Amino acid sequence: MKTLVHVIAELAGQMKRDVRFMEVCGTHTMVAFRTGLVQLLPPNVKLISGPGCPVCVTDTNYIDAAIDLCRRPGVVVATFGDLLRVPGSESSLERERAAGAQVRIVYSPMDAVLLAQQSPGRHVVFLGVGFETTAPTVAWSIQAAHRDGLNNFSVLCAHKTMPGAMEALLKDHAVRIDGFLCPGHVSVITGAAMYRFICDRYRIPCVVTGFEAWDILKGIALLLRQRLDCRAEVEVEYSRSVTEQGNTAAQRLLHEVFEPCDASWRGLGTIPQSGLAIRPKYAHFDTARTFGIQFNQADVAPGCLCGDVLRGVLTPPECRLFGRACSPAHPVGPCMVSSEGACAAWYKYEKRAAA
Amino acid sequence: MCLAVPARIVELNGNRATISVEGALRDVDVSLVEEPRLGDYILVHAGFAIHKWDRSEVEELEAIRAATDLREVPA
Repeated sequence: MKTLVHVIAELAGQMKRDVRFMEVCGTHTMVAFRTGLVQLLPPNVKLISGPGCPVCVTDTNYIDAAIDLCRRPGVVVATFGDLLRVPGSESSLERERAAGAQVRIVYSPMDAVLLAQQSPGRHVVFLGVGFETTAPTVAWSIQAAHRDGLNNFSVLCAHKTMPGAMEALLKDHAVRIDGFLCPGHVSVITGAAMYRFICDRYRIPCVVTGFEAWDILKGIALLLRQRLDCRAEVEVEYSRSVTEQGNTAAQRLLHEVFEPCDASWRGLGTIPQSGLAIRPKYAHFDTARTFGIQFNQADVAPGCLCGDVLRGVLTPPECRLFGRACSPAHPVGPCMVSSEGACAAWYKYEKRAAA
Repeated sequence: MCLAVPARIVELNGNRATISVEGALRDVDVSLVEEPRLGDYILVHAGFAIHKWDRSEVEELEAIRAATDLREVPA
């Protein structure tokens, strides 16, 4: 580990300028802060967080739609725990649950299917949020419900895919990015080849990175090496899990159930073909269609700068609400709610270090 | 959210497997990996195995963890 830190220091010394590397995975954000490795980096190497936390990039209007659903009689909302405390325009799922709404936390989308099987007479809505890692598991659940002929299960679908968001950041020019630490577990499914267009079209190095502190440091060293050699290639640091072509069974499943659609990202706006919609064949498992859900325009909480944090334009303490009006106990924006959000990680580990 | 943990298959029954993560047992679906076998290490996300590790890949992780001298910041 020490050697790797020295290697980074040496490579950084050869760079004649500041470099900014972006990780686009909430789990990387968490590991980087939890282990304190950000503090081991030379001053001219900055690690910035991008839109890698699925909860954080989910629009307020999606949370509002979920809240609307859980208030309906006979509806049970099943969700991963991270979404529970995310504020909508005027409430959160946690608050609704406290007021008596049926909101259940599940570990797997299959738990939601099981819940539907056990609850005839009630309709179970699973909140389908997450990137390419999670989407195949939801696709499997939809197919399982289809095979079982379940008519009381559906998915409120807001799945997103990574490449479009990474490209949007590069086109945006609001923030300079010198290299990407690419999300390890998204890549387990998609394969590393997915990022090649970023190298070819934008000349930005990409390193698919694992989740030990050592992995992240090695990823940073590889990015620095590429920069010094004027190369822009896809390298796989996380080769114990990631192959060039990915998990093809999961990809087939994903394409069988979902089709690409335009998607709205908090902070980034609408990005063409960056979301996943349920194909017409499985339309009866699409909550938005069966319940006629409209995603209304929702306002961002006044003063909340999560959008800029998600683009890497601002660091969390540069938001005026950070640590004052917005804290993990009273979050205003989603980046403070999710344990993978940049604001939550910063608050938990850096604020204290600075104090 | 894309958290995935390595785990060992301790029981296998069709596409269902019981895994052990540091001693804790859980049932997962192994439909998305090829030829899962008893004793295999798999990467688990949201109740599904998404990748199967071979022995050398498990050893790589063990070596990384053994070599890591970064201490976690107590929360």
